[in-house]
Amino acid sequence: MMPQVALPILIPLFAGAVSLVFWRSRSMQRFIAVAGTAGLLVTSLWLLATVRGDDIQVMHMGGWAAPFGISLVADLLGAIMVVLTGIIGFAVALFSLATIGRGHEAYGYFPLLHLLLAGVAGAFLTGDIFNLYVWFEVMLVASFALLILGSEKAQMEGAIKYVTLNLVSSVIFLVAVGLLYGMVGTLNMADIARRLATLEDDGMADVLAMMFMVAFGIKAAAFPLFFWLPASYHTPPVAVSALFAALLTKVGVYALFRVFTLIFHHSPGYTHEILLWGAGLTMLSGVLGAAAQFEFRRILSFHIVSQIGYMLLGLALFTPLAIIGGVFYIVHHIIVKTTLFLISGIVHRVSGSYQLAALGGFYRSHPWLAVLFLIPALSLAGMPPLSGFFAKFIVIRAGIEAEAYGVTFIALLVGLLTLYSMIKIWAEVFWKAPPDEEGDGAPKAVSQREMWLMATPVVGLALCTLFIGLNAEPLYNLAEASAGQLLAPERYIQAVLGTNGEEMP
Amino acid sequence: MEPLMAITIGILFAAAIYMMLRRSIVKLVIGLILLSNAANLLIFATAGMVRGAPPLVPKGMTAPEAAVADPLPQALVLTAIVIAFGVLSFAVVLVRRAWEIVGADDLDQMKDTDT
Repeated sequence: MMPQVALPILIPLFAGAVSLVFWRSRSMQRFIAVAGTAGLLVTSLWLLATVRGDDIQVMHMGGWAAPFGISLVADLLGAIMVVLTGIIGFAVALFSLATIGRGHEAYGYFPLLHLLLAGVAGAFLTGDIFNLYVWFEVMLVASFALLILGSEKAQMEGAIKYVTLNLVSSVIFLVAVGLLYGMVGTLNMADIARRLATLEDDGMADVLAMMFMVAFGIKAAAFPLFFWLPASYHTPPVAVSALFAALLTKVGVYALFRVFTLIFHHSPGYTHEILLWGAGLTMLSGVLGAAAQFEFRRILSFHIVSQIGYMLLGLALFTPLAIIGGVFYIVHHIIVKTTLFLISGIVHRVSGSYQLAALGGFYRSHPWLAVLFLIPALSLAGMPPLSGFFAKFIVIRAGIEAEAYGVTFIALLVGLLTLYSMIKIWAEVFWKAPPDEEGDGAPKAVSQREMWLMATPVVGLALCTLFIGLNAEPLYNLAEASAGQLLAPERYIQAVLGTNGEEMP
Repeated sequence: MEPLMAITIGILFAAAIYMMLRRSIVKLVIGLILLSNAANLLIFATAGMVRGAPPLVPKGMTAPEAAVADPLPQALVLTAIVIAFGVLSFAVVLVRRAWEIVGADDLDQMKDTDT
């Protein structure tokens, strides 16, 4: 029995339940938030160590052997994603202690945070495609509620778009699952992969592949399905924005990686070619959208879209090096993007605005924050020796080796435009003299304790990106091992269905 | 039975998409409700349409004697209905709150976050 496979789901669920019990006790909820996410981080590291040591871990719920029961499967990609969930959950929980107001806490901010983390971890660990749908919904419902906490006008408008498009995506996913079940008669992903390979190709598999691509493409905010993201991510409190930016779209990316390496890898000339151009256009449209924006979090939101393109590019090229690049990029992106959002939160807390025009002079007043901003900003743009350089380097090298010159050129160009956006924020927020008139919200004095609570997670995450950049080899090896597992789906199938994976019942 | 079911599902999907393309947010929610019902019916139909045959295996045999409907999609539909119920009730509340706060029922007037 391997408890660490289920613990990353159970701990946040339990923490969420306990903090619901302490609905009126603010201090208790805050304590559970830190303790629960710390517990998630520790167990996720334990899980990763186990998976790294003894290959794919499988746990059959209720003792029903696959393919009849629901299996939890932790392969390296899943374990890495769970570790990232733990890191981000912990950092955001710390940051929330200082930035989430009493009004939000009274309406259940912390229980929702735990439930969101449970949904995300469940999506990363499940081996059953209908169960994946259920975890998606757990995550979505929690995110809906987090998105509208506070009930401001912009939040309502953003939420309507977010809710509608995500529900449409869920319905497409559900329909695809139903049709897939009608075709192969099983829901276990390993079993689906095995049976689909034996069916004769009548084009239906490609239709289903496209349905999954659209469904997960909406979740992952890929071109042309990303419009809900920049319309909603800048509206909630910044800790929520950071959490969404780090995890929600990445669940979509993870699902694309899982489905298009395990199940639909039979006609890469068709499906992966579409993904390739989708990835290129995602990169380009995201970065061009960011260039037109002058609000801190909207710029960052559009950059999420453009970065998603790099990850999809890794998947679409479908060579070992490209998958390594994709996995490496996910790790780099989650850490760096969260750092940037949290920094925008500190800036907002200090000055009361997100508008670039209303900000300025931070280099003079908070020089340490300026340095702290430069690390993730340059990392996002891909400057050596930070993590973004290696992430971009691997993906682009894979693109050149696969002779996909058009998309590779777009990837290089987008790197340059990313640098432009980051320099724009740097020049406006940190470098230029502060404007005379006050920002829209009158800034409140920030106590020393609050500043420490806000700065600690940011420093920790910035050190992570610095560490990955200066010492990229351990992560590269991890990504390489993970790509090895992804490109050999028979190992996954064997681990889930047992040694007699070949014979058909 | 299957062709009738297919036509019904198709009409439901078409109606849902038409409603979602309208500008009113109330019609948007009606569209979402129709959409999730269409998906549920579709999954239900994948089980096969068999009348009056419970999926029971007689004693001493390994498979049911006559053709039966697959019970698993019905379990899936049950789960999906519950989830859709929760999510759609959230959507209804959201639309009401949005109408109160924004003061409009028209998606064309909800463009603050787009520019």
